[in-house]
Amino acid sequence: MTLTYEDVLRRYEPVIGIETHVELGTVSKMFCGCATDFGGEPNTQVCPVCLGLPGALPVANEKAIESTIRIGLALNCSIATWCRFARKNYFYPDMPKNFQTSQYDEPLCVDGYLDVDVDGETVRVGIERVHLEEDTGKITHVGTSGRIHGAEYSLVDYNRAGIPLVEIVTKPVPGAGAHAPEVAKAYVTELRDILRTLGVSDVRMEQGSLRCDVNTSLSPAGSGADAGRWGTRTETKNVNSLRTVERAVRSEILRQAALLDAGGRIMQETRHFSETTGDTRPGRSKEEATDYRYFPEPDLVPIAPDPEWVEKLRAGLPELPAARRDRLRAELGVSAEDMVQLTNAGVVALVGATVDAGAPIGEARNWWLGYLAQQANSREIDAADLGITPAQVARLVELVADGALSVALARQVVDGVLETGQDVDAVVAQRGLKVVSDTGALEQAADDAIAANPDVADKVRGGKLPAVGALVGAVMKATRGQADAAAVRAILLERLGVSE
Amino acid sequence: MTGELTRSGAADLAARIASGEVSAVEVTQAHLDRIAAVDGSIHAFLHVDTEGALGAAKAVDALRASGGPLSPLAGVPLAMKDVVVTQGLPTTAGSKILERWQPPYDATIARRVKDAGIVMLGKTNMDEFAMGSSTENSAYGPTHNPWDLSRIPGGSSGGSSAAVAAFEAPLAIGTDTGGSIRQPAAVTGIVGHKPTYGTVSRYGLIAFSSSLDQAGPFGRTVLDAALLHEVIGGHDPADSTSLPQPVAPVVAAAREGARGDLKSVRVGVVRELGGQDSTGYQAGVLASFESAVGSLRDLGAEVVEVSCPHFGYALAAYYLIAPSEASSNLARFDGVRYGLRVGDDGVNSLEEVMSLTREAGFGPEVKRRIMIGTYALSSGYYEAYYGQAQKVRTLISRDFAAAFERVDVLVSPTSPFVAFGIGERIDDPMAMYVNDLCTLPASLAGTPAISVPSGLSEGLPVGLQIMAPALADERCYRVAAAFEAAVEPVLSSIPELVA
Repeated sequence: MTLTYEDVLRRYEPVIGIETHVELGTVSKMFCGCATDFGGEPNTQVCPVCLGLPGALPVANEKAIESTIRIGLALNCSIATWCRFARKNYFYPDMPKNFQTSQYDEPLCVDGYLDVDVDGETVRVGIERVHLEEDTGKITHVGTSGRIHGAEYSLVDYNRAGIPLVEIVTKPVPGAGAHAPEVAKAYVTELRDILRTLGVSDVRMEQGSLRCDVNTSLSPAGSGADAGRWGTRTETKNVNSLRTVERAVRSEILRQAALLDAGGRIMQETRHFSETTGDTRPGRSKEEATDYRYFPEPDLVPIAPDPEWVEKLRAGLPELPAARRDRLRAELGVSAEDMVQLTNAGVVALVGATVDAGAPIGEARNWWLGYLAQQANSREIDAADLGITPAQVARLVELVADGALSVALARQVVDGVLETGQDVDAVVAQRGLKVVSDTGALEQAADDAIAANPDVADKVRGGKLPAVGALVGAVMKATRGQADAAAVRAILLERLGVSE
Repeated sequence: MTGELTRSGAADLAARIASGEVSAVEVTQAHLDRIAAVDGSIHAFLHVDTEGALGAAKAVDALRASGGPLSPLAGVPLAMKDVVVTQGLPTTAGSKILERWQPPYDATIARRVKDAGIVMLGKTNMDEFAMGSSTENSAYGPTHNPWDLSRIPGGSSGGSSAAVAAFEAPLAIGTDTGGSIRQPAAVTGIVGHKPTYGTVSRYGLIAFSSSLDQAGPFGRTVLDAALLHEVIGGHDPADSTSLPQPVAPVVAAAREGARGDLKSVRVGVVRELGGQDSTGYQAGVLASFESAVGSLRDLGAEVVEVSCPHFGYALAAYYLIAPSEASSNLARFDGVRYGLRVGDDGVNSLEEVMSLTREAGFGPEVKRRIMIGTYALSSGYYEAYYGQAQKVRTLISRDFAAAFERVDVLVSPTSPFVAFGIGERIDDPMAMYVNDLCTLPASLAGTPAISVPSGLSEGLPVGLQIMAPALADERCYRVAAAFEAAVEPVLSSIPELVA
């Protein structure tokens, strides 16, 4: 018998927790002056410091500390007045020093929260800590397995080693019930919008500048999931898109429930989510035995942010997505339901920016929830990553309103923008996509269509008005879709001597 | 002529090069000749850079010929401890695991030495990764004390101290983590200073214990050491722990001290370090110390005894903190990116290659300290060991602070013993570790301390340690220079080496 999700949620209470790693968009690395650009030739953005050569020493990037504090402030955290970096010791060739300079028991920001909306309800996700560390190098295992075990050989690119990385850890989130997967997704979506608004990272999940690990555990329903006595959790890695966040939690809830139902025990372990199979697989169990031997990093002086500076950073925060949503709702009169839809689709900021660029809210909403959402879905990317800007969408809306483009043509323009990366007007000009509004040309096309389809014309004359659709289609075809369908219909009916 | 040049001090050589009396090339060649003649029996050097040294000397001579400005030590030769990274020159830190590694960059102090026109003769032997007090832990064989070739030259900077004592170089750079400049200076009869932590850049020192390591100068006189100190000291933005302070006026202090007046200087004898509560010191060392204190009094100093009750815990705290940091600092030597790689046969796993490389590349003392440090940092033991040791460190700093309310400097013997025989203590780590008894408190507190020769015991040199508060390095130099001027020069009785 297959377990249904609904059945599982009647008997088990999921508790989730999310660790997010964000690569900061600083110009230089965390502890040296090397560039942080994505996609450079391997091992070209390196120096003695980020290669961990003997004798090299780190110096902390002040901009990265500032960005981390701004993130902490946006997540309602307390900012430490004094804290230190710590060394996390482990042997792995992606770490040139065989220790990662991170933070341990003295994080820069602690004890905050982030409110997210799921199905019209607000869920408060507690933030345990926000800390700063350095990214590792990137290893490519060459061979059939794609993993270190069974690899023929492995390549290491240290361009990524030392890029500032912020880790944001939630407190456990109980009580979401069946909505747990959506809460997880809504949290990451909201967090991503905040990070983008702060301008601290390009938050590209597909490029790894935003990476999530999701912790999931199950307790028997009503067994005191509120009391903090939760089941054993697993940590799912490789959760690298918003869709995957939701899928990974859901699949892990189902897997754990099936195991518990069969009398099994959940192992505390790291698991990897597979996009192809849609489920999680166990990672290396060896990782569990690691003792990282944390101790304060003696090569770096402690960080002691001046409270006045912190208050200046707080005052300088931009309008955050939640405030922006409230303002948009109030200013633009968007309904609560619409707002939920926009939020779930992750397009609030995009709609807002489209409105700011001159489009009416209704049109902006329709584009981002309609055709553009479809395009994003079919490409399995986020709408923000489509490659069309709010300003371009606003220009489309304007052209449609002016009658220069039909909606159908406007969609073709979108396709052109997405394919070529060119601007709206350039695509319109190059492809000759303009509404044919020359009445003479349309009348000629209508007469041709009537002449070519005499029996259809007779049906219409005989009062079967819907049959005119075939003639409209013929005219649209003849004008390569560049006519306004309503105008064509009116001309055809007039030529056939029929009135509605 | 060449023999006379190698007997000259750095200040003297610099003046004669600047005046044109001798060329930098002549001075350099004289020292290269001396190395060729005696280093076979001393083994102070792991690598002699004949070509580079003569090239640097020629550049100084050319600059002088063109009337360009010469820095105060231009053309003076120097021996560099092999823990300091030098671009294009082998840098091994005395370890097999770095054999044949050619660094692609210069340590800040190596750069400063070169920029000052100082001629680097080569790289000197040391205990592997600076772990030791005898230079016997070098993977490349021990260095011999020029006073008695069967004895150790101290450590870990034993190659540097031996080179200066054997007249192979007038100056050398060492590093001091728990006494590795001061103790070798003491047992070879020369001057060595450990600066205030944070006043000499650590960028490019192969790290042993990051919170303790500090580079400093060796010379045959206090003034020579001060001249080198001013070249290498001062803020370095590449070292986060480097203090944004100008270098202390140590040259002026050495010159002032040489006038021999210590009136109104308050000197504290540490009861726990050579004072009345001292055990484990050789009688000859204590006798030399007592006579040194008498000399200070004769120079006008006011001498009192002070107690530093927590100094007795320094050894235990040090041997937890230093190995803990070392266990992490030395993790990078795994054969993946540079240096030795063992067992990479296409069959062994990554972990096996790392393990085989470290097994073959590290010597027994390094392995011992990595294991101690790994254990001390382990989950469940951290507080009891590392955490507790850090608290002791704070208490030792407070002892210093209290003492320096009463006195300007503290004095003690530098080492409880004179140079011991090669092989005598190498199998007994505890017998080796007690070498550091007197030097460890200043290391843990990050405060400056100098060792200056105080006399001989059984024909071997004894050192006087002078300790000052943080950032008051000039007090060490002033008192040391006054003392040096008042006592018989020790090095004049060093036996002539049979070349």
